[in-house]
Amino acid sequence: MNHNSKKNLMTGSKIIMESLIREGVDTIFGYPGGAVLNIYDELFNYKDKIKHILVRHEQGAAHAADGYARASGKVGVVLVTSGPGATNTITGIATANMDSIPMVILTGQVSTNLIGNDAFQEADTVGITRPCTKHNYLVKDIKDLAKTIKEAFYIASTGRPGPVLIDIPKDITSSVCEFDYPETVELRGYSPTYFGHHIQISKLAAEILKAKKPLLYVGGGVINSNAANELKELAELLDLPVTSTLMGLGSFPSSHPLFFGMLGMHGTYAANMATSNADFIVAIGARFDDRVTGKVEEFGKNAKFAHIDIDPSSIGKNVKIEIPVVGDVKSVLSSLIEILNNKTEEISSAKYERLDWLEEINAWKYEHPLLYRMNDIIKPQYVIEKIYELTEGDAIIATEVGQSQMWTAQFYKFKNPRTLLTSGGLGTMGYGFPAAIGAQIACPDKTVFDIAGDGSIQMNIQELATAVQYNLPVKIAIINNNFLGMIRQWQELFYHKRYSFSEMNVNPDFVKLAEAYGAVGLRAKTPEEVVPVIEKALSIKKPVMMDFVVDKEEGVYPMVPTGAPITGMLLV
Amino acid sequence: MEKTHILSIHVENESGVLTRVAGLFSARGFNIDSICVAKTLEKNESKMIIATSGDTQILEQITKQLNRLVNVIKVQELTDEDSVVRQTVLIKVNADETTKSDIFRIKDIFGGRVIDVSRNSYTLEATGSERKIESLIDILRPLGIKDIVKTGIIALQRTRKSS
Repeated sequence: MNHNSKKNLMTGSKIIMESLIREGVDTIFGYPGGAVLNIYDELFNYKDKIKHILVRHEQGAAHAADGYARASGKVGVVLVTSGPGATNTITGIATANMDSIPMVILTGQVSTNLIGNDAFQEADTVGITRPCTKHNYLVKDIKDLAKTIKEAFYIASTGRPGPVLIDIPKDITSSVCEFDYPETVELRGYSPTYFGHHIQISKLAAEILKAKKPLLYVGGGVINSNAANELKELAELLDLPVTSTLMGLGSFPSSHPLFFGMLGMHGTYAANMATSNADFIVAIGARFDDRVTGKVEEFGKNAKFAHIDIDPSSIGKNVKIEIPVVGDVKSVLSSLIEILNNKTEEISSAKYERLDWLEEINAWKYEHPLLYRMNDIIKPQYVIEKIYELTEGDAIIATEVGQSQMWTAQFYKFKNPRTLLTSGGLGTMGYGFPAAIGAQIACPDKTVFDIAGDGSIQMNIQELATAVQYNLPVKIAIINNNFLGMIRQWQELFYHKRYSFSEMNVNPDFVKLAEAYGAVGLRAKTPEEVVPVIEKALSIKKPVMMDFVVDKEEGVYPMVPTGAPITGMLLV
Repeated sequence: MEKTHILSIHVENESGVLTRVAGLFSARGFNIDSICVAKTLEKNESKMIIATSGDTQILEQITKQLNRLVNVIKVQELTDEDSVVRQTVLIKVNADETTKSDIFRIKDIFGGRVIDVSRNSYTLEATGSERKIESLIDILRPLGIKDIVKTGIIALQRTRKSS
């Protein structure tokens, strides 16, 4: 570096590249357009340092960056143009926002002198994305550009993570300014609490020892905070039974004797019964979503609640909390374990007194395990079980939304955090496939699946071209029942089987479709064909689309009807 | 129990802050009964006074959600007991020879001022608590109020008395 040179002058586009590099970004997902042409031109100079993945639709870019972030723990980065480029990312941004996924979205904007003029490809991107981002910016002065990027990455990745959008007018990308990347950020209104209050943690420790029927209810916060090890240590220290939300799957090993599966609408009988019978529930990085609680007044009706969460607004939002602990899950669990480690005598007596409780939950588990009945048609659950067995639980599994998502949550026994990528909050059909692409780019050596329905796969099917272009060996397993299955199931149960527009009367030939894109298509029509198809897919180092023709009217069970308490389960 | 609450919100004086705060209220189904915003003496800082209603649980959520906004620096609840609360009203009221003296008398009782006079109307300005303003309006109503405008309420915490 020449320190004698008076000023480190750069164009806005170059400032963006240099700032991204300083944030450790090596991959971005994007789609060019008029307002970002300057940025793309500069990106061409940086193509050895920053890999750009050209998607086929901007929504795909947002979901791919999200999948990349979930699989890697890094911030996912998106670059799109103004107007339609930006609006096409909205579903992806809202998806990431609901699930607290760190992302930075760079959108082009018309030049500052045209803003507000209804210019070509102009949209009020900051206005449109305000409610679905953690924060957003419009850069009006090139002097603010580097600082804004620094702040965006900081806000996206700290506290409760989330997407941050930066709207950059075209003239800013071509004007010139001195580049000086800030070392730190100063935000008066933003300082997440990482360390839990010691008095609260001590109270929690005392209560957790005193409880006769304790339960850990864990969510996506455990994964975001990288606290899976601490969670396991805590559970094993006190023999605490664990149930997880959809978002929390993978934070605790599914095959662990203390794990009783997912709770809530499609939760296991054991998990829902345990929740209703527990006398002390510790919610860890979970937010009491309505799909988890069912009738909220009766959720954990015999329990006192403690809640560990980095976002104070999640605590006490839906359920009254006796012991709130605001802080980072990893840090709070470490402190809690430290306190408990000094209480060996209490621990052994507590463990002894709770043997009955564990026995009770295990009895529920054996009374009503997750099951399905085989016949000569392929059962969706069977496909997922076989994917689990053949990947030994080590694959990264992205899902779409609906029945295929719920069966995945029930029948794939997740071992590790960051291996389930699913739109839990927003419930976005079309999420899984681009997310799988992002995950495969983040983890080139891992096997990555998208478990899809025949409905949802068609919502972002165009990304097959992306997968082929970058030779990403993503495996798509279509659970094909020629229906929007979850809609059909609700219509069957609650609308007298009036299947109003939920049947996919016309579907493409998915095998031919895959081939048309240059991917590999495979099909299984009988149970005997399932394993060979998955094995073959796993042996091919290319994108593979598997079409599993399954039982049309299979349902997801257990199921709790909306508004019922979670003990009101419909069983198989 | 539904109750009126006054929130004093320090925010960064940036464009879009008002929309962020107002948008949060509408998106989450909270009420804004009144809102006042202006710069403070601090550089780049504004203060909003929002009157809202809801039970304590709703108020807790409002406060927590406001604190999540990056541009919100501080949120404080002001109560009637520990703060001074004021609202200003401008009222254009019918006035003729028979009612002029009444209007002047009422104005004096409420510590208001006549700020505009025409042949058949007076415009009064008055400042006070919400309750005081309401009673002023009630008393003037029979005379015929031609037009009225009220500010939102503003409030400031009292200095704690040293014990």
